[in-house]
Amino acid sequence: MRARDQRSRLASTGLHTALVGASVIAVFPIAWVVLTSLKTDRDTWARPGELGALGLGNYGQVLGDTQFLTWFGNSLIVATGTTLIGVLISATAGYAASRMRFPGQRPLMWLFLVTQMFPAAVLIVPLYNVLSDLGLLNSYAGLILAQCTIAVPYCAWMLKGYFDTIPVAIDEAGRIDGLSPFGTFWRLIVPLARPGISVTVFYAFVTAWGEVAFAGVFMQSEDRYPLPVGMATFVSDFKAEWGLLTAGSVLVMVPAAVVFFLVQRHLVAGLTAGGVKS
Amino acid sequence: MTTTLSARAEAAPAPVPPRRPVRGFLARHWYAWAMVTPVVLVLAVLVLYPLAHGVYLSLTNATEMNSGRTIGVNEIPATYEFIGLENYFSVLSGADGAFYPRLLWTVQWTVICVALHYTIGLGLALLLNRALRMRTLYRMLLILPWAVPPFVAAFGWRLILNDEGGLLNAVLNVVGIPGVDWLGQPLAAKVSVIMVNVWLGVPFMMVALLGGLQTVPKELYEAAEMDGASPWQRFRAVTLPGLRPVSGTVILLGTIWTFNQFPVIALLTGGGPGGATNILVTEAYERAFQGIRDYAGAATYGAIIASMLVVFAFLYRRWLQRQTSEVLG
Repeated sequence: MRARDQRSRLASTGLHTALVGASVIAVFPIAWVVLTSLKTDRDTWARPGELGALGLGNYGQVLGDTQFLTWFGNSLIVATGTTLIGVLISATAGYAASRMRFPGQRPLMWLFLVTQMFPAAVLIVPLYNVLSDLGLLNSYAGLILAQCTIAVPYCAWMLKGYFDTIPVAIDEAGRIDGLSPFGTFWRLIVPLARPGISVTVFYAFVTAWGEVAFAGVFMQSEDRYPLPVGMATFVSDFKAEWGLLTAGSVLVMVPAAVVFFLVQRHLVAGLTAGGVKS
Repeated sequence: MTTTLSARAEAAPAPVPPRRPVRGFLARHWYAWAMVTPVVLVLAVLVLYPLAHGVYLSLTNATEMNSGRTIGVNEIPATYEFIGLENYFSVLSGADGAFYPRLLWTVQWTVICVALHYTIGLGLALLLNRALRMRTLYRMLLILPWAVPPFVAAFGWRLILNDEGGLLNAVLNVVGIPGVDWLGQPLAAKVSVIMVNVWLGVPFMMVALLGGLQTVPKELYEAAEMDGASPWQRFRAVTLPGLRPVSGTVILLGTIWTFNQFPVIALLTGGGPGGATNILVTEAYERAFQGIRDYAGAATYGAIIASMLVVFAFLYRRWLQRQTSEVLG
């Protein structure tokens, strides 16, 4: 092995050049957003060559003079609600699908697989009519229910993958000690699957947080917009408030990225585990 | 849904060897059914019922004008009619003029994006999968596009690709190449949305494949080296087969995500110019919610998209089963 790990100087330079190049491409657009958010001179937004005055003015404006904080709150409510419902109801189903052989299991796995493939466009018109009939348009509850159509199948799928990685011997030991299947699930498996569950929570949250299609149609008044829909109004055919848009983007991006880096290793395992096994 | 499941259960022969009377059968399985009931109920109410309603709508001529609605205190009843398969004929015969161009572009978009995601992701994973100075730093920087919410990324890229005052054109001008209206010309807009989606999707592939590379046993590489295999032969004969399970899954996920990629196209070009970058998903959305809302047309697109995805899932499962039996047998 050692012979392969020792590289010539040329190979080493090539390797680092390629990686530096790729890293620059990966980071640059984000860095550009950050830089633009600091440009307070509005004429410089459209002149990439000029820097103009730098400062935190855009941040003050987006927090103070726009509905950014309202939208932030809306996104928080909708994403939290979706995550709670999604993870709570799909955990038991994921466990049953992972451990028990029961009639209806195959159709159930099919249901998970197919529903998680449905794009919003398939359901958006009928859901719009249903929510309209129920008077749930422009309400948090309506959007949460709509987002659950995306979250529930994914959560069940990911959690099944996690439960598959916990040895069945633990369940058997629990059963021998006299626990019911519910008891085994609740007292033994859920505590063991806590890392997996937290990743599923994160993923469901982030998906609901960034969802655009349902949010753009079901929320109709500006004070109910979630972040993506609200922020899109900063730059339209009629105005180009790039300063507000980029400052808002940075405020959204930083917390998301921090949590992301904490869980990303587990995230990949969770997303791929379900697919390989079932 | 629950009733159909249990009805099917009783009709089917008992799957597990010890045959029992019906009561034992229920006693055996009621735990499992109780545990899946909440999900089945929610999916039935939120997915299957709307889906059925959507299929019904696709068989009518419902638009915004003839749907039931309430204006003030007046309730206007729905006046749309059942017209059978007419919508499907008009879409599938190409008479509406949009379906086949959109389908072609959706396929091109999905294939090109996933191919680029996979090859670039694999390339980077191979580069990172070795002893290397600053490996952790590279890895963190390269993952960054995945850590950013897609809508934020779309805004950032618009800032770069803008026709007036966009960074990319400014750079091209400095080099002496005339600027391109990146989001305003059909071909350039297509290139742009693919570029942004590739930028967004590579990190997931890279991390997943890097995980996959680390599960390939080192002994296999040593053995191959002993046998005098060149690096390319080692890649073909050891790395690619070792990655197969991971590859299958990430390509499936990538395909689904790209096929359904709504935010990138909606926020970057809005499907424009003139619908040139609309994939089927955004096309259906546009029909439903722009101009006079064509609910029936959108529902028809939705039903066609859904049936394409079901066929795709079916083929994928068959392929997966064959793969597994190959490994086992």
